[in-house]
Amino acid sequence: MVRMDTPPLLEVRDLQVHFKVFGGHLKVLDGVNMIVRAGEKVGLVGESGCGKTTTMKAILRILPQPPAKIVGGQVLFRGQDVLRMRPDELRQIRGRGISMIFQDPTAALNPVFTIGQQLGDVIRYSHRNGRLDARQIQLKALQSLKEVALADPERLLHSYPIQLSGGMRQRVCIAMALATQPELLIADEPGTSLDVTIQDQILRLLHNLVVERNTSIILITHTLGVVREVTDRVYVMYAGSIVESAPTKTLFANPMFPYTRGLMQSVPRLSGGGVAEGIPGRIPNYLHPPSGCRFHPRCPHVMEICRREKPPMFTVGEEHYVACYLYAC
Amino acid sequence: MPPILEYKELKKYFTIGYRGLLKREPITVKAVDGVSFAIHKGEIFGLVGESGSGKSTVAYTTIGMYRPTSGVIEFQGESLFTREGKRPRHIKKEIQIVFQDPGSSLNPRRSVKEILELPLSIHQPAKKHIGRVAELLEMVELPVDYMYKYPQALSGGEKQIVAIARALATEPSFIILDEPTSALDVSIQGKIINLLLRLRQEFHLSYLFITHDLSLMRNVASRVAIMYLGKICEVAEASEFFRNPKHPYTQMLLSSIPVVSEEEEALKPKRVQSRGEIPSPVNIPSGCSFHLRCPYKMDICPRVDPQMVDTGSGHLVRCHLYPAQTENHPAGEQVIT
Repeated sequence: MVRMDTPPLLEVRDLQVHFKVFGGHLKVLDGVNMIVRAGEKVGLVGESGCGKTTTMKAILRILPQPPAKIVGGQVLFRGQDVLRMRPDELRQIRGRGISMIFQDPTAALNPVFTIGQQLGDVIRYSHRNGRLDARQIQLKALQSLKEVALADPERLLHSYPIQLSGGMRQRVCIAMALATQPELLIADEPGTSLDVTIQDQILRLLHNLVVERNTSIILITHTLGVVREVTDRVYVMYAGSIVESAPTKTLFANPMFPYTRGLMQSVPRLSGGGVAEGIPGRIPNYLHPPSGCRFHPRCPHVMEICRREKPPMFTVGEEHYVACYLYAC
Repeated sequence: MPPILEYKELKKYFTIGYRGLLKREPITVKAVDGVSFAIHKGEIFGLVGESGSGKSTVAYTTIGMYRPTSGVIEFQGESLFTREGKRPRHIKKEIQIVFQDPGSSLNPRRSVKEILELPLSIHQPAKKHIGRVAELLEMVELPVDYMYKYPQALSGGEKQIVAIARALATEPSFIILDEPTSALDVSIQGKIINLLLRLRQEFHLSYLFITHDLSLMRNVASRVAIMYLGKICEVAEASEFFRNPKHPYTQMLLSSIPVVSEEEEALKPKRVQSRGEIPSPVNIPSGCSFHLRCPYKMDICPRVDPQMVDTGSGHLVRCHLYPAQTENHPAGEQVIT
């Protein structure tokens, strides 16, 4: 657990992203605020289409612009605003400062280059002092493949992605993301495309590696069980804004935002007891998002004020914040 | 009463290419390799397995998309595959399927009405169907005016509900649910599952429920079978299955599930941690196909494929840790409990 007074490594302030489409602008991110401290393991949960991946891509500035447009806000990494950086400054951040593991390892690897070439490139461009020769690069590549517990790394260096299984490819992607020794690792659904026994291996590996190096991590997922097992603190996202944040234990013991509660109840339990109905309705249309709290059309406790005004974050406990008028004092 | 559906030594091999000097030796994938089980009337039979385990092949063979390489599937005592080839219409009507991804199982150029009319026009030609379409939509709790919508105007959950309505159109007695909620968000999953449970009650349906989500299975199925590389390794009543998993692979699967409460954590077997890769179905390991990943591997495992053994009250396990009482096994093997 990281102390709460540790200064933030990453701070996202009121991030707003729109997408230009035929017929108008999709107002996808509606003021996202989050903090990641050094060495902290943070989870980001929400259903598909709620803006999790968009937020992360905006942080790394890899959103295709256009159609995306960052309308407002700041992304402070070590106090510097990533959104206003020059390309050469950005290169210092990508890889060395922040690196990312994508959901689908098959799409993240280039099919026409060997693992050795791809991993070697990452190592070469992220090396901090001076240049490395081919021999040193190969040694470092072997080293990073060994760290992710891949058998026979010498042979792997000369293999193409298609020759590896899904689990092996994801391990290669983890090796690549960590080879640059980043301070912050963004893992976007790292186990979702894998089978459950393989997902378990990957998550344990990832957890051990980040703890060992004291790397901060943002784990994006829609599987609540994964968040509970890996993270210290959780942000819950709904329709483009953070609706609740709390230490993981607190959130699972006492979810407060109506959406978080519905989500928790929707998870089928291994202990039995049937499946809850879930949350009625669907994620809103971003072209004409609901006024006020974006959850109000689906909320069982909707009040008059919810339709009019977007709720601010209310403090409800130690490090526990909820954007809901139910908890206004 | 005979079971509604019975699989006897079902095998389905696919030839994916040829090797050898003259390219005459076929390379086969044993997608399903000797699977036997029976589903009783009114039951929800759960079939669990990871990708490549052959669970979807079992489903597709049952509805007739594939002919089995060998073995028999009997529907109420009647074989589904006759020599004439074509399956009689009265059996087709009885067995329906709901696919995993409603985005690709509904024709984007057909309205909901047309989608639901197609099975009706095949099984009840020369009849007006609009009334029945409205009835079907009511059965699945969708507004009747949805019949004029096209799939793209529906959310993922609604599309899947339309796919369920289509399966119900022929008044089947047996429905295969091939991962019906795995493409959907967890907040929508509950609605679909509860709808399916209600429909089963109302229309006396039996389900073959395929999923890889064991937590979901716990809450839905009455009996569960686990598949690994084309073979079934364990079958049991759902409650017994989760209380007392016997096969090492089942234990590994259960211990890998990410859960959301301490209470569930206590139910997971602690001793078996996941390790190793799932082997390619083209190259299935000798003997017991799980031996490369098994923490309790013995000398016999790579040599001999174990037999299915009844360990009491219908809990079947296919593992050398549970030797059959009647057979003599080589000395030096111990049962680890």
